[in-house]
Amino acid sequence: MGQTFVQKILAAKAGLDHVEVGQIVEIVPDVALSHDNTAAISKKFETLGIEKIYDQNLHIIVLDHCVPAASEKYASNHKVIREFVKNQEIEKFYDINNGVCHQIVLEKGHIGPGMVGVGSDSHTTMYGAVGAFSTGIGRSEMAVIFGTGKIWFKVPPTIKFEITGEWPDNLTSKDLILHIIGDIGSDGAFYSSCEFTGPAISALNMSDRMVLSNMSVEMGAKNGYIPPDEKTLLWLSERTDKKFKAVYSDEDCKYSKVLKYDVSKIKPTVARPHTVDNCVTADELSDVKINQALIGTCTNGRVEDIEMAASVLKGKKIHPDVRLLVFPASMDIYKESIKLGYIEILIDAGAVIMNPGCGPCLGAHEGTLAPEEVCISTANRNFKGRMGCKEASVYLASPLTVATSALTGKITSP
Amino acid sequence: MIVGKVWKYGDDINTDVIFPGKYTYTISDRKEMAEHALEDLDSEFAKNVQKNDIIVAGKNFGCGSSREQAATCIKEAGAGAIIAKSFSRLFFRNAINEGLPVVECPEAVDLLKKGDTAEVDFINGKLKAGGKEFDFVKLPPFILEIFNDGGLLPHTKRKLDKK
Ligand code: SF4
Repeated sequence: MGQTFVQKILAAKAGLDHVEVGQIVEIVPDVALSHDNTAAISKKFETLGIEKIYDQNLHIIVLDHCVPAASEKYASNHKVIREFVKNQEIEKFYDINNGVCHQIVLEKGHIGPGMVGVGSDSHTTMYGAVGAFSTGIGRSEMAVIFGTGKIWFKVPPTIKFEITGEWPDNLTSKDLILHIIGDIGSDGAFYSSCEFTGPAISALNMSDRMVLSNMSVEMGAKNGYIPPDEKTLLWLSERTDKKFKAVYSDEDCKYSKVLKYDVSKIKPTVARPHTVDNCVTADELSDVKINQALIGTCTNGRVEDIEMAASVLKGKKIHPDVRLLVFPASMDIYKESIKLGYIEILIDAGAVIMNPGCGPCLGAHEGTLAPEEVCISTANRNFKGRMGCKEASVYLASPLTVATSALTGKITSP
Repeated sequence: MIVGKVWKYGDDINTDVIFPGKYTYTISDRKEMAEHALEDLDSEFAKNVQKNDIIVAGKNFGCGSSREQAATCIKEAGAGAIIAKSFSRLFFRNAINEGLPVVECPEAVDLLKKGDTAEVDFINGKLKAGGKEFDFVKLPPFILEIFNDGGLLPHTKRKLDKK
């Protein structure tokens, strides 16, 4: 019997020919990401009594969650990280002028097909979009990787998603993943490796693929893999000289489930408060008034997303009762969006353009909500209190739906 | 053996309601973390939790963020164990790494109500609740070893010191 992608990649990393689902392996990852939580991780690392970290090259550290620092506490947190980076001579350090960690790991070409990435952040699943195995881990686990390089994994079962059909103009990969999560629930891919395949996936650009891998964790998945193809390799070749050895599932491998979706039958979809699987079509929510619209985050803050928003808002003005915040996911994206004229279109429409970073996604700063307020966002999570206030409501949608809603002041299907 | 009173919650209790994101980089003191445990879910919990009290919840407990403080704040608040129908993989790992017992036992969850008493023998996979006894799947020996050492960091330190 053949093996799945995840069996093959974990077996190879563990130096084994074959692993079974459920088997536990210990490996050294290729990439280990941490962000503003590196200060706390460095304190944990110190308790191990080791002076120098195991391998400087393993680690990527990005300051993004609250940048520039919103208060003395955040500033002190960043200061500890900068000192740690210096003392440990970590080269892949990205200070506050870069962008959201997952975007940076991908766009700087740090990870590619056949590699294993871990990050002390749940949306580390995003690197599956370039054919890597990647998943989130905890702070103590990252501290141990700083010390020893090692982490254990249980080999997960695999769910295959077969996606077919022509993409309607108003439908994006965000609608697809919200539709899937709404369908199978927040634990529908529990502890599983997800594989997104089929002609409708091949048709997607890299940015749209990243949305699927990013949000796999919202259905409980361990990772979200997309088999690399020519588009993947071309995209990577523009960013790195590294050579990759892609890993694919064997034809005769065993999937725990195969789920099929036809994108031509799916409508723009929105996740209602306060869970990501609480999904309905956008047109069912046309009486929901909004106060804020957010375009950005690691999920949908790329040039392609900003372009979608600009296409909707060109020559128009957002509703007077709405604040529109735009957070390009990285400085490169910001520059490119300026060059292409999207930023000017958005400013003219009434948007506030913010610096690359996580912004109010996790409720720390830069556009948090007041009680009773409603935000429609391109982010990946709408839990109670997520945007800083537990009496506020967050709806999740595609950049097209968010931009269209900013125009009308109510949730509106594009 | 952990014996404690039950605090009962529903399905999909996520890390944002357990430990809000706004505190993740401003609070580093464990005692202070404990003061915010379950803040956006149940404001009574942190105020009234007693040592060894047991959290009982539905499926997918701890879904969402990788933030370890979600496990730390519950442990530091004094809770003795969490019994749930299932746990998110990140929360499960974080809990073991913090030395907080996490028990998957759907039958017991349905039976238990707020204020009941439950008795958990984590090492041997036994649970007494509502006059009944349950067996739950024990952890593999090497994960139990992490737990018995008091969490991943002390466990790793012990292994390093042995070398
Ligand atoms: S943008 Fe939001 S979801 Fe993405 S890494 Fe930042 S806080 Fe997490």
